[in-house]
Amino acid sequence: MGASSSTESNLMAGLQRNLSKIVVAPSFAASLFFVYGFILWTAWMAFSKSRMMPVYDWAGLRQYERLWQMERWHVAIENLLIFGGLFIVICLFLGCLLAVLLDQRIRAEGVLRTIFLYPMALSFIVTGTVWKWILNPGLGLEKMMHDLGWASFKFDWLVNSDFAIYTVVIAAVWQASGFVMAMFLAALRGVDQDIIRAAYMDGASLPRIYFGIIIPSIRPVFLSAIVVLAHLAVKSFDLVIALTGGGPGYSSDLPATFMYTMAFQRNQLGISAASAMMMLATVMAIIVPYLYSELRGGKKNG
Amino acid sequence: MADIQTYGQNSGMKHTLLRGLLYLVLILFSVYYLFPLFVMITTSLKSLTEIREGSLISLPRVVTFDAWDYAWNQACVGVECSGIKTFFWNSVKMAIPAVLISTMLGALNGYALTKFRFRGANIIFAMLLFGCFVPFQVVLLPMSQTLGRLGIANSTTGLVLVHVVYGLCFTTLFFRNYYVSIPDELVKAATIDGAGFFTIFWRIILPISGPIIVVSVIWQFTQIWNDFLFGASFSSGDSAPMTVALNNIVNTTTGVKQYNVDMASALLTGLPTLLVYILAGKYFVRGLTAGSVKG
Repeated sequence: MGASSSTESNLMAGLQRNLSKIVVAPSFAASLFFVYGFILWTAWMAFSKSRMMPVYDWAGLRQYERLWQMERWHVAIENLLIFGGLFIVICLFLGCLLAVLLDQRIRAEGVLRTIFLYPMALSFIVTGTVWKWILNPGLGLEKMMHDLGWASFKFDWLVNSDFAIYTVVIAAVWQASGFVMAMFLAALRGVDQDIIRAAYMDGASLPRIYFGIIIPSIRPVFLSAIVVLAHLAVKSFDLVIALTGGGPGYSSDLPATFMYTMAFQRNQLGISAASAMMMLATVMAIIVPYLYSELRGGKKNG
Repeated sequence: MADIQTYGQNSGMKHTLLRGLLYLVLILFSVYYLFPLFVMITTSLKSLTEIREGSLISLPRVVTFDAWDYAWNQACVGVECSGIKTFFWNSVKMAIPAVLISTMLGALNGYALTKFRFRGANIIFAMLLFGCFVPFQVVLLPMSQTLGRLGIANSTTGLVLVHVVYGLCFTTLFFRNYYVSIPDELVKAATIDGAGFFTIFWRIILPISGPIIVVSVIWQFTQIWNDFLFGASFSSGDSAPMTVALNNIVNTTTGVKQYNVDMASALLTGLPTLLVYILAGKYFVRGLTAGSVKG
């Protein structure tokens, strides 16, 4: 009797002591299985002969070879470079410009900030739908310009396979630039006022203060913004589906839409898995050095 | 802040001109950001004939809510022609449990990882965090097979599971970073008084977690409501979430293209997250910047 109650209380004490671990355990297990396990699973599929159904016999690098022999994959990679490059550069420029403009003791700053940032709350599918309507050559922007008297105005990028990817840039910039603005604005507000005042006393002009002092001092934010935007670009999927559907043909495919098409429409599971691994590698190449430097910097400061 | 008023060297006329120019530029940018919303709203209120005859920027001559009614009650998604409302409720049924479960687990994880630290807590946190950065394409194929084996493929339950699992890293990140700044003495004092793990969580930690709960709920709701990749991959037919239904309506190739219905459907899809943004913009931005490392 006494013994059993003491083991029970021992058990309770042990439980109390380990509650913290017990609480975290399910999430950790889920992460081990659904994140790490699934990555290994996909990696394995990429080394198999899987086509329509997953089969798990070793095929070495065969799927990667087939992937890199596909013209469609090369189009997707090229598009990612065009889209990612323009998207990042334009968002940085617009975001930085808007932040500096808003930092001039603007009346109604709150309203303007809300307006610049609201697209970020929308689904990329909504954004794609509305830009598809605006950019459609029949009744959209083109007709509007004709009605305004600019009869020779032509804008058919949406259905032109050489330019379709640029419409994705237009819509993506509209959606994400306000977010970059918010990041920069927060950084501008954190710049040491004394340094600015000192430079002003020395006779530095406002543009010189910005280009010489403020912008260099918020360099870390540029890096963060680039990492966030690059990450967004690699993962871009919904917007392409809603706006161009990857078309005309597959001219505006990105790696994410390529992977999806191979997996769910073309029954090429092996190639699909191989392309997913390439995407993972790309994201890791961006994120890992960034996180490493961030964490190291954090330790130094703390 | 370094502004023209304080640090500009110009005075009088030139200064006024510069200010005017500044406001003009800001107004032009506002027009650019508002233009698509304006087009969505006006197009959704026009009749099809008016759309064909009029221009993108013209206001509707006759305001009609027919397109809204049609989008909600009759629009065809696949073979089903009962409007987007079924899918709206699918999204609600998916988002509410997924948001609540992932936020609750995130709060408990954050609390355990900061206030009852055990050996390896940091490594576990880092490993959880990794999930935020993974491009979801890399889990699509295994997930669709796992959902099939579990018998919850093409169901709202399956999507709830997916969103909880991949939302956990964000919610844990939010709560962990919030609780780190709460003094440990608070918990220590309560432990000496004999309070246990869950008592402290309920009585002391949760009551001061208001702001971060709002941030987490808003972040998760926006992410889950706006998700398309998981919805398109793991659901079909009438179990699809609203974003998938919207994409279906817009890209239907049969029949006459009803731009006004497309725009009304798009607005209906965007309204819940827009409302959240307008009502709680501050918390939305906090979530964005806290979770921004992830994109």
